[in-house]
Amino acid sequence: MKMAASGMAGMLIVTLIPKSSSGQRIHNIEEMKHVPDWMDHYYAYVVDTTKCIGCGACARACKRENDTPDGYSRTWVERYQITDTGHVYIDSPDGGINSFPPKDVEGNVIKGFFVPKLCNHCRNTPCTQVCPVNASYESPQGVVLVDKKVCIGCGYCVQACPYDTRYIDPRTHTADKCTWCYHRVTKGLAPACVTVCPTKARIFGDLKMKNSQVREIIDNQRVMVLKPELNTEPYCFYIGLDRAVR
Amino acid sequence: MIYTEFSFPNDSHIIWSLMIVTYPYISGIMAGAFGISALYFVFGIESLKPVSRFSLLVSFSFLLCATLPLLNHLGHPERALNVVIVPNHRSAIGGFGYIYSLFLVILAMIIWFAYREDMIRAAEAASGLKKRILTILLLWNQNLNDDTRQVDRQMVFILTAIGIPSMAVLSGYVGFLFGSLKSNPWWSTPLMPFVFFVSGIISGLALVLLLYLYLGWYGYLEKSYICLRMLCSLLWFSTAMYIVLEGVELLYFYYESSDAWFVISTLLFTKLKYSFFVLQLGIGLGVAFVLLSAMFTLKLEETSFAKMGAVAAVYLLFEVWMMRWNIVVGGQLFSKSYVGFREFHPQWLEKEGILMAIIFTLLPFLVLFAVTRFLSVRPTTEEAPEQITSSGSQAGENI
Repeated sequence: MKMAASGMAGMLIVTLIPKSSSGQRIHNIEEMKHVPDWMDHYYAYVVDTTKCIGCGACARACKRENDTPDGYSRTWVERYQITDTGHVYIDSPDGGINSFPPKDVEGNVIKGFFVPKLCNHCRNTPCTQVCPVNASYESPQGVVLVDKKVCIGCGYCVQACPYDTRYIDPRTHTADKCTWCYHRVTKGLAPACVTVCPTKARIFGDLKMKNSQVREIIDNQRVMVLKPELNTEPYCFYIGLDRAVR
Repeated sequence: MIYTEFSFPNDSHIIWSLMIVTYPYISGIMAGAFGISALYFVFGIESLKPVSRFSLLVSFSFLLCATLPLLNHLGHPERALNVVIVPNHRSAIGGFGYIYSLFLVILAMIIWFAYREDMIRAAEAASGLKKRILTILLLWNQNLNDDTRQVDRQMVFILTAIGIPSMAVLSGYVGFLFGSLKSNPWWSTPLMPFVFFVSGIISGLALVLLLYLYLGWYGYLEKSYICLRMLCSLLWFSTAMYIVLEGVELLYFYYESSDAWFVISTLLFTKLKYSFFVLQLGIGLGVAFVLLSAMFTLKLEETSFAKMGAVAAVYLLFEVWMMRWNIVVGGQLFSKSYVGFREFHPQWLEKEGILMAIIFTLLPFLVLFAVTRFLSVRPTTEEAPEQITSSGSQAGENI
């Protein structure tokens, strides 16, 4: 029965999951047949900053998919412009949702790039640690989630997150954050931001899958995490992270 | 690299505002007031006898109201009890319910034993509902003799001794909540619990001093210059300790000169320039410490001493409030990008606004008034108020 269920899920995945930049499917149906439990995954996320063009499609897709309240972002894109005067200009108008209009800077831009940001789904999570009622928790698949029916809205997790990816939803008065589109992922779909990214700068996958792209990148490429000095053990990895990135 | 200002998109909102400023202010006063009682009941400092029992009532009144600002802050206060029922034992807040409840029970028991004789007398004099309530509170036992008095004294000693660490934990606890957050360099220091504890002691001492002067003037408390002098001495010592702690903390940040210092120094010299340097350190702490030092340096008449003590206490109460503000709100005036800043202007009528903060700060005084009325506390003398004397005054029924 379990095998039959996973087989049907696999067929669904074949139909719905987009191809990764390498042309391989993110979840391979043959691999899925050998997964005894739909919870038996361990997800990771890779952001390739060298590919991001700052189109804001990811931020738009996220807002549409998750109905993010105005003024808050589950994911956003930052633009960095480093000039020959030594200045670092950073901006993210509306989280980059409408892309980036030209911005005047002092001097000549010698280096410019975009950096998508989202919840880092840390293993040593400060947010789940501080939650007084266990409303914030880690799923078995490594996704950090918030149970809105339990959250008391104290805001401690928002204060504890060093990446500022959490906020108190003004409509529900509870904490909210990026879930890697858990509702999609558990159906075998990729997160909305990953699906729409035109340059495949956002990559999502299962570390338990032998041929998953994220595993291949993390195993073979030089990746970095944000604020490593805080020892939060993020599972959102960055390729080409510049030292200027906050 | 020179960063231009940038805040993360979600960093435009202040989550912890006046309610989270008010809570540690109230709990600090609670701790300071209890500390005075402990000095008399456990350590036998006789000079504090006139305020020893009254301080318990002050502490109790503030403790009862301490959670109200927190409840008002919560997005879902109806789920607040989950902190006790299904707590996350890894969370710093997870233990709050237990620590708070433990100290509340201990304090209530201390007051019960310390005021048992008063309650018996009040029950004898009362009638109707009040008499019934007092009888129930006394557990239908109104025995009063030398043996029961001895037991009461012993129980007050034991419970107060247990209460001291409970009080210290509850007071320093809020500092731990802030100090343990590595996401915020302005908060993240191991000194934070001690800073909160010592400043709490200062505010409790200052308030009890003011109430003592006020109530002593109207004859509700035994007037004693020795007691007043002891309170001012403790206030001076606590203030000196606080200056050292605050100084060490800032020096540590400056000397370490880590990434955090950039944002902390910018914060201090821009957004907190007036509230920290002028209001908290200058007007609050500086003036009060100079006044307190002058009181013990100059040869002052007792009335002048009392007046200067009262002024210093007011300044210190202001200083501690500003300290709470600068820590709680100040720590949220910069983005976690460490290169962006924001403004915060509290409004009067919003859910966590100025009016609510004033109400929650004044509510303990109302509770204190009600408790003293309920216990039928009478002035020490029916005669006109006397000048404060150095003799320690006559013994009599007092709060």
